[in-house]
Amino acid sequence: MDSEELTEQETALYDRQIRVWGVDAQRRLSKSHILVSGMKGTVVEFCKNIVLAGVGSLTLIDDSPVNEEAVIANFLIPLGENDCGGKSLAEACRDALKEFNPMVRVSVEKGDLSTFEGDFFDKFSAVVVSGCSLATKKLINEKCRKRLKQIAFYTVDCRDSCGEIFVDLQSYTYTQKKLDETIERQLQYPSFEEAVSVPWKALPRKVSKLYFALRVLEKFEEVEERKLGEVSIEDLQSALKLKKEICDGQSFNEVNVPDSLLERLLQCNKEHPPVCAILGGILGQEVIKAISGKGDPLKNFFFFDAVDGKGVIEDISAQNSGV
Amino acid sequence: MASDQELEPIKNAKVLMVGAGGIGCELLKTLALSGFTDIHIIDMDTIEVSNLNRQFLFRQSHVGQSKAKVARDAVLRFRPQINITPYHANVKDPEFNVDFFKQFNVVLNGLDNLDARRHVNRLCLAADVPLVESGTTGFLGQVTVHIKGQTECYECQPKPAPKTYPVCTITSTPSKFVHCIVWAKDLLFAKLFGDKNQDNDLNVRSSDSANSSESAEDVFERRKDEDIEQYGQRIYDHVFGYNIEVALGNEETWKSRNRPKPIYSRDILLDKPFHQNGNLNKDSETDDASSVSAMVCLGLKNPQDIWSLVENSRVFLESLKLFFTKRAKDVGNLIFDKDDQLAVEFVTAAANIRASSFGIPMHSLFEAKGIAGNIVHAVATTNAIIAGLIVIEAIKVLRNERNKLRMTYCLEHPSRKMLLMPVEPFEPNKSCYVCSETPLSLEINTSCSKLRDFVEKIVRNKLGMNFPLIMHGSALLYEVGDDLEDDMVANYAANLEKVLAELPSPVTGGTMLTVEDLQQEFTCCINIMHREEFDEEKEPDGMVLSGWIQARTAENGERSAVTNGESTSKSSNTAVLEEENDEIEIITTEVSVIPSGAKRKLAEISVDSNSVNSLAASDLVSKKSLDHGDGNNAVVMIDDEELEGIKKKRLR
Ligand SMILES: [Zn+2]
Repeated sequence: MDSEELTEQETALYDRQIRVWGVDAQRRLSKSHILVSGMKGTVVEFCKNIVLAGVGSLTLIDDSPVNEEAVIANFLIPLGENDCGGKSLAEACRDALKEFNPMVRVSVEKGDLSTFEGDFFDKFSAVVVSGCSLATKKLINEKCRKRLKQIAFYTVDCRDSCGEIFVDLQSYTYTQKKLDETIERQLQYPSFEEAVSVPWKALPRKVSKLYFALRVLEKFEEVEERKLGEVSIEDLQSALKLKKEICDGQSFNEVNVPDSLLERLLQCNKEHPPVCAILGGILGQEVIKAISGKGDPLKNFFFFDAVDGKGVIEDISAQNSGV
Repeated sequence: MASDQELEPIKNAKVLMVGAGGIGCELLKTLALSGFTDIHIIDMDTIEVSNLNRQFLFRQSHVGQSKAKVARDAVLRFRPQINITPYHANVKDPEFNVDFFKQFNVVLNGLDNLDARRHVNRLCLAADVPLVESGTTGFLGQVTVHIKGQTECYECQPKPAPKTYPVCTITSTPSKFVHCIVWAKDLLFAKLFGDKNQDNDLNVRSSDSANSSESAEDVFERRKDEDIEQYGQRIYDHVFGYNIEVALGNEETWKSRNRPKPIYSRDILLDKPFHQNGNLNKDSETDDASSVSAMVCLGLKNPQDIWSLVENSRVFLESLKLFFTKRAKDVGNLIFDKDDQLAVEFVTAAANIRASSFGIPMHSLFEAKGIAGNIVHAVATTNAIIAGLIVIEAIKVLRNERNKLRMTYCLEHPSRKMLLMPVEPFEPNKSCYVCSETPLSLEINTSCSKLRDFVEKIVRNKLGMNFPLIMHGSALLYEVGDDLEDDMVANYAANLEKVLAELPSPVTGGTMLTVEDLQQEFTCCINIMHREEFDEEKEPDGMVLSGWIQARTAENGERSAVTNGESTSKSSNTAVLEEENDEIEIITTEVSVIPSGAKRKLAEISVDSNSVNSLAASDLVSKKSLDHGDGNNAVVMIDDEELEGIKKKRLR
């Protein structure tokens, strides 16, 4: 079959979305390969979205066992049926995801993502990591950046009713349509490491407070050698102490990182399913945009908080700061 | 969030979901994951192939089955211990009355059409149950919360209404492709293949009077011993050739317009034999009637291609022929259906030939199908986001956190950095005829309009009532119901045909009518004002309802009735139901639609409220920014100037 043209089956199945983004975009999607690591609720939502959208292939990494906690925000695996025949979380998810769209290849890669060689990533158009440590985030991001091929890199995490998405498209060129004109636009993205190194004081006023609070928690988990989300309200005092150190260290006014927000984030570390749906939806759209070259991609952080209901984009980069 | 105490209201809640489509699938999944245990779900639809790209609870093997039931089974697979009650039924069915609605703590809408939304709104008001309403188009979406007496109801603000086109634009002076589609679908297709007894304006504008239109009637009848190919060519030449010549005779019309050119089949298909490489004869015996396709017969494959005039002419003749040969039993009672391949082929070809005649760019079958079928732009991600937002609001409703409720807009382009923008709900509109008791007024010619006109055009079409009861004082003029006595039925039938002023209890200027829908438990009063004359083009109904919030028209192919063509709008109302959540309503702050200076307050959406004015209209306009926005969608729009006004008002 001619791979340049969509098949009749594809045209029928994707009819409604082709009406949104066009045939070319659909064709590019069907040739893309996505890697995800960490099958938490947000990632499961994301996987559903891009499998439905019709990417070429999806590779899952998560060797952890299937247990009650793992499936709390996961609609791919039945609650209470925890054994799954000794399958890993990624394997159990793969079996369910395959059913969503027979035209997408869904597979599992075993092992620890942080030990994979650089050339492993060459197969992928986009890499999404979730639920991993600060060090792993930075490491994978750097590995993707070192490849000749441009690999889009994303992180996504949900802590209770709050969530964060990070996007690194490196140097990204696309055509922007404004009324009847098309303008060539280029965006330069910082790496995760570069972004989080921008001094807080140099950032524009009114940057989402979630940005700072999540950096404090991330740092806290790193120094305490905890996994992402392995925190509780018991940690409040030490987390507040760390926050003060970080703020003082860069002469940043502490009121920008409210104690109440840190307290809320520590109170509950489970993913809130509606927030997973929202983050998985936004991330799905971003990956589709990046692959299809259609639409303005977000640069470079997205925050959602169910408490105020706002979904905000922040540009955290040296370019956009007073550095 | 997840402490047991906080989960209690969720666990104990009984919720009703209306709609198991794009939003519905996502919503049911998210509700189940969030800890809801008693969910009822109503949907009248069955599953179609084009649903599968986003309605992820459904598989190929489910095509044709009830959405509500399949969705239930799919969710029980990952949350077996919860209760989901499906209803494969229309939410407008009488069993879903006020008492039915009263059993729920909150109602969540994932609906696809205005009529059903209005209906559910009224039932929620009557039952005093909070409603969370939603809609998506492409990357845009919104969630709103409606609580009786506290926030505006779904009908407090104007809604986009189907776009209608003046009859002469369709019959004589098309300037856009959509006009050609409406002509091809509502006039030509209906004339050739639909109910012969329906009114049809196809030949209405030929300049002469009675006798020419009478003879024109005959043109569409197949003559005795006329073979099907001759017949097709004769129809072709009549509608694309002769009718255009007649129209050209009306010089006045073309003074300020480009003159169309008549097209005759012999000129187009000259030395191109009609019969060619088709596989019609080969496969004809095995073809099942529903899969008959002119494209297949003519070897045209890609629905994205724009056919040449020759190809369109061939498709036109071939599809017409196939209708009369392969689907003869359907002819005479066909209604256009976007899932009927042959009908789409015919309409595409006819619209393109007409477009070519009028110098309008031609379109592919894929595009024509979208316009003719009013196909909404739908993607999975937006539905997932909107469903998440619905659940967040539903939880606040259940926890009684009334001051935290928000309406949220999902935008394609950020506005003040926001992709998801929460806004405080508005107060009820004091002059809303649905949730307040403000009477409406109706200008009508009481000495020539019949009660039937009033019932059809106002009570059903404008007020959206299904089981109306009309009273003048204590006198019953009309009523619909299953349990009426025969003599009452006869009496009402007789009343329908009477002119208002000649009813047993005469309705004239100054009369106050009470109109009630027993199922919706909704009543409103209408002041009748007599008026002699109405402008045919501007007031095609021959009556003007005011006090009623006039819906703004959305550019919209499907539901476009040709002026007062009740027949077309009726058939398409039902057709729309199978599509999903279509309209994003217009968030308008226009004073004109909100009487008596009841300016809306844009809520404090952030601490830095003085930047409200940066929420520019351009940030929120949806359609223009959609690459494929071809006019099917309503627009999200906030008037910049108005916001400026609001800001000033609030700062005072
Ligand atoms: Zn109202």
